[in-house]
Amino acid sequence: MSSYIFLLISAVLVNNIVFVKILGLCPFMGVSKKRETAYGMGVATTFVLTFATGACFVIDHHLLTPFGLDYLRTIAFIITIAAVVQLTEMIIAKTSPALQQTLGIYLPLITTNCAVLGVPLLNISRDHGFVESLLFGAGSAIGFSLALILFAGIRERMESADIPRPFQGAAIAMITAGLMSLAFMGFAGLDR
Amino acid sequence: MDVLTAIAILTLGAALLGAALGFAAVHFRVEGNPLTEKIAALLPQTQCGQCGYPGCKPYAEAIAQGGADINLCAPGGEDGVRKIAELLGLEIKPLAEGAAQKPPAVARIVEDRCIGCTLCIQACPVDAIVGAAKQMHTVISSLCTGCELCLPPCPENCIEMLPVQETTENWAWRYPARVPALPPLALSPAASGENSC
Amino acid sequence: MLKRPLAFRGGIRLAHHKYESAHSPIASAPLPERLILPLRQSAGRAPEPIVREGDRVKKGDRIAAAEEWISASLHAPTSGTVRAIGPFPVAHPSGLSAPAIVIEADGADEWGEKTPLLDSPARSAANRAALSPEETQRFLQNMGVVGLGGAVFPSHVKLSRAPNTPLQTLIINGAECEPFITCDDRLMRERADDVISGTLFLRDLLEVKETLIAVENNKPEAADALRAALARADAAREIRDVAVMELPAIYPAGSIKQLIFALTGKRAPAHVLPTALGVQCFNAATVYCVWRAVAHGEPVTHRVVTLTGNVEHPGNMEVPLGMPMGQLLALARPRPETDACIVGGPMMGFLLTDERAPVVKGSNCLIARSDAFFPPLEPETSCIRCTSCAQVCPQGLQPYELYWWSRAKNSEKAARYQLMECIECGCCAYVCPAHIPLVQYFRFAKGEVRAAEKAQDMAARAKERFEFRQLRAEREKAERAEKLARAAALQAEKLALAAVTDTDSPANAQTPTTENAP
Repeated sequence: MSSYIFLLISAVLVNNIVFVKILGLCPFMGVSKKRETAYGMGVATTFVLTFATGACFVIDHHLLTPFGLDYLRTIAFIITIAAVVQLTEMIIAKTSPALQQTLGIYLPLITTNCAVLGVPLLNISRDHGFVESLLFGAGSAIGFSLALILFAGIRERMESADIPRPFQGAAIAMITAGLMSLAFMGFAGLDR
Repeated sequence: MDVLTAIAILTLGAALLGAALGFAAVHFRVEGNPLTEKIAALLPQTQCGQCGYPGCKPYAEAIAQGGADINLCAPGGEDGVRKIAELLGLEIKPLAEGAAQKPPAVARIVEDRCIGCTLCIQACPVDAIVGAAKQMHTVISSLCTGCELCLPPCPENCIEMLPVQETTENWAWRYPARVPALPPLALSPAASGENSC
Repeated sequence: MLKRPLAFRGGIRLAHHKYESAHSPIASAPLPERLILPLRQSAGRAPEPIVREGDRVKKGDRIAAAEEWISASLHAPTSGTVRAIGPFPVAHPSGLSAPAIVIEADGADEWGEKTPLLDSPARSAANRAALSPEETQRFLQNMGVVGLGGAVFPSHVKLSRAPNTPLQTLIINGAECEPFITCDDRLMRERADDVISGTLFLRDLLEVKETLIAVENNKPEAADALRAALARADAAREIRDVAVMELPAIYPAGSIKQLIFALTGKRAPAHVLPTALGVQCFNAATVYCVWRAVAHGEPVTHRVVTLTGNVEHPGNMEVPLGMPMGQLLALARPRPETDACIVGGPMMGFLLTDERAPVVKGSNCLIARSDAFFPPLEPETSCIRCTSCAQVCPQGLQPYELYWWSRAKNSEKAARYQLMECIECGCCAYVCPAHIPLVQYFRFAKGEVRAAEKAQDMAARAKERFEFRQLRAEREKAERAEKLARAAALQAEKLALAAVTDTDSPANAQTPTTENAP
């Protein structure tokens, strides 16, 4: 049981997918201008990632490995993720059209989000079981959401700050992300 | 043989996922576009038609369906564009060409030239002009949105747009002028000492 | 009733600067040749002029009548002739002009007819029973009684009861917390009997449980004078529920929200009127004017103005409304290094932009400005987030957050930090070590918020009218279509009938069709 908790904490904080593994930077930079959008993206990614890890685990262990088709893993995973993303988009369109508009292009782009592909692949390479896979997926997604929301909060305030001209826009965002990444390094050593 | 298995398995997987998506597409169908109301709430409701649509709601519908640009509303100005952009998560654009924001104004009928043709009454989208046939008309200025739709139909050209004057009643405090932390470099002895407030 | 006033949150102790002007009695200002009376001298709608150019008016004659409930009438402060009605410079931070009535004094200063509400002060008790509150309210509106503390809210409006909260406490605000100002202080000292009579009149009218007269403890003479006057009134008839309360002199103790909290422990959020808490509050000078109006039939035509700052003869003067401020300040002999004139107190006042601007009902103080009294502003530097401003904010706001958003012109965010709760007292800017003019930023942002609200209202109304118009157009269209359909049906019927008759008599066949031809 405690190993599950450690796995979760590790995925959320210690090995935060954005700040430590430096994955999923595209939506991290793109959808972090407003907190409301960040919440929406966080929820969508959490949903997609948890489902995708589960589905990918099943496909890998019960379809690819028995037939010796390990070399098809990437392509199979991408198709699975794409389907889950499509499903999510339909659900969001039904439940919250404003969120769908706000997420805009980033919602379909979850498909090509390296974090979403990276987590199932990491699961395979770490020999995680089904529950562990799900936990790792959910944990990574929560970590992603956390990073996104914190960053959006900072960026919202930065809108009104006196930023020197050369640093305005993406530059200051990168610097801020770097500093946050340094801060998250502080969690290292928490789980072991 | 391996290749055939691979093809078969991937086809099977794809077919399963496709079936699931097809089911979802039927099950989660969205009726109408609930965004329209939200966009309409951000528009100034002048009903002026300067965006090229006959009123604010049609324009909101056009934006919601993705057919119209968000920077066409002149009375809403840059601020209006910013709000719509925020709602839809789009980039903020400058106002479209020809859609320059004018200072707020209200229409006024030059009363001795009005012939009482009622054409302006029919044109006013918010019923802000009162009068009867062959009687002088007048604009209720508190209801006038300044849309200028009454100007073209007037055969006498007797409607003029009066910019809203600043009075002690509608005046608001200005943005404070920032006193520079370091006084500007005095180049000549005469220029120094003029930095008092 | 609280034994001792509560300490409100925040606030600052300031150098009072009251002694300069408080030591001499109220003097009478000489009558100027021309009086300029801006129509708008109260909150709400400006009254409409009821005189024309060339009309003769006597002192106390009504020259502009209130046409709406939140509005108060205006009266001639002296006898003379109406010379002009039009825009004139007024004392306003914008420096804009506003419509005004100009009266040329004839020097006779002859009173018109006085019609007091209470026939004579001696019979007042009997009369009072017969008075309806509405009658009193209309009377005060016609007498032009407005809050003289600076907000100039029409007093008669404040006499309406809240629908479901009974009034419990009446507060008479004699705190006068801003430095330099002593007009209420002198008024309470010299005319305490009238202030007390007015207080008792309002108390009887509002039927409150307790009445508290609040005076800051840096004005012991005023408090003593009020207590003595109260004792005299008590000798005539027993008064148990009126008390003079001394408040610690912490700015802004006289601000209505802070005052209500200090005296009753009740807090009023923004947009909530004190009446909803069962409290009503009047300025001491207003109460004096109420009494002059009801007992003597004198409308508000004069007010006491403090002249102080960098002048030779600081003091208080009873000034006819409409006297140019420059002329008035000259009476106190400004010293040579005076470079500007502050209207109002040093914390919340503004600089006079035109010395021809006249004294109005809300002008309580003119301060001759000089660098010795008010050292020039130091340049604004960056906020260091020391939170000194939050510690002194009497409203419990976070001025550093408000500043962050106001400066970035993001008034929506500022409003979420409760910008509209700000009372613009200036405590935050006073203590700011970075010399940021915080209040100026807040005033700007408040203007933006109000403009946005107004635009929203306008849009909602325009939308409603537009939609109704479309509905009407559709209905008209439907009605027309129905009419046409009915006409067509009728015609078809007739044709059918004609067809039937046609077989009987071919001679008649043509008639219905020709009749129905358009």
